[in-house]
Amino acid sequence: MSLRLSIDRISKSYDGNAVLDGCRFEFEAGKTYALIGSNGSGKSTFLRICALLEQPDKGAVRFFCGDAEQPHEIPLKRKITLVLPKTGVFNSSVFNNAAYGLKIRGIAGNEIKEKAARILKLVKLAGKSAQNAQTLSSGETQRLGIARAMVFEPEIIFLDEPTAFVDAESKGIIEELISKFKDRQRTVIIATHDLHQAERLDSQILSMTEGRLKLL
Amino acid sequence: MFEKAFALIFNTDHELFAIILLSLQVSLCALCLASIAGVPVGALTGLKKFRFRGGVVSLLNTFMGLPPVVVGLCVYLTLSRSGPLGFMSLLYTPSAMVIAQTILAFPIVASLTHSAVVGVDPVIKQAAKTLGASPLQESLTVVKEARYGITAAVIAALGRVMAEVGAILIVGGNIAGYTRVMTTTIALETDKGNFELALALGIILLAISLLINVVLHMVQRKGHFQDKK
Repeated sequence: MSLRLSIDRISKSYDGNAVLDGCRFEFEAGKTYALIGSNGSGKSTFLRICALLEQPDKGAVRFFCGDAEQPHEIPLKRKITLVLPKTGVFNSSVFNNAAYGLKIRGIAGNEIKEKAARILKLVKLAGKSAQNAQTLSSGETQRLGIARAMVFEPEIIFLDEPTAFVDAESKGIIEELISKFKDRQRTVIIATHDLHQAERLDSQILSMTEGRLKLL
Repeated sequence: MFEKAFALIFNTDHELFAIILLSLQVSLCALCLASIAGVPVGALTGLKKFRFRGGVVSLLNTFMGLPPVVVGLCVYLTLSRSGPLGFMSLLYTPSAMVIAQTILAFPIVASLTHSAVVGVDPVIKQAAKTLGASPLQESLTVVKEARYGITAAVIAALGRVMAEVGAILIVGGNIAGYTRVMTTTIALETDKGNFELALALGIILLAISLLINVVLHMVQRKGHFQDKK
């Protein structure tokens, strides 16, 4: 049964400055949402709270499987993931980076090899699997970051401006990967400044203005 | 004099090699114990926030500069017949030398491990978290990222214990064929005017120190090289 995300009037402020102000939304499972808004409008904070990296000051983030609410524990956290605008890669090979999420889930060696090799092929990094990940270009690093997050097939993926610092080629590869991912009935929530990208990904558009969320 | 010193080295003098072997045994044993205790302590102070953490780190940094003779004196008083551990009869044995060197090496390993762990980019921990790592897996990932710094910490501690003389002279007693190591032999033979053996050991000690520094430099360069990329 698919995982569903419900945001219930969350608010967050830093040093007295309100960043999120009573955001509420029901994200349907298997759909793609594009979160647009100017810099500092609260998109990243919203995604970090949704991905359970931060706690809201008020309100609640709830995940449901059918009607059953899921506790915010490791089993749930392993079904969701967030890709940051600047991915931090581990000081190890490209392959080991791609395989990280599978290894920590205790998946068998053969399956890890097969899945990691497949995802690296999709992001056109198969030829660099033995290379140290910290030697990749910024575009390749971002592609690896997204591959690393998608390899364990999370039910919900949050992408915070995944193509902000990449060239056209990497952008194309990343968008193709996101399209393939959403075709598998997974929920994608992407923060972007690019309205055309939101349209290309056939997403529902949510606007974040002064900490408030609105469906366009 | 140098000719005779080199002759001692190349003619595989039995006494000389017994001294070198004991030096390496004592130092490596102390290094192992200091690393087993020091790496987890350093990692813990780098990873976890707890009460008095700042105090613990300051204490470790202070103890990095512990005067060896003071450590030797404290271990001596503890292990001497009237001391709290006198019943173990460890004074003037290689074990006492290992204890003294472990005490000297521990703060170096712990403090430099702490610095290496703290120096890991916070984005690494965050990446592990977003990929579903448990708190333990997160911590292990950060420690793994700090591996070059931790290796450098262990090598730096080895350099310290290999060159140490004051503490082991007090607790080991410099007994020929039993607790006599390179540094204490150099001190003794210099006093006796037997400069050939002292020089031979000095050359070997310098060669070992050079080797340790070359390895340390290589490890640091490798870590730095990968950080830059």
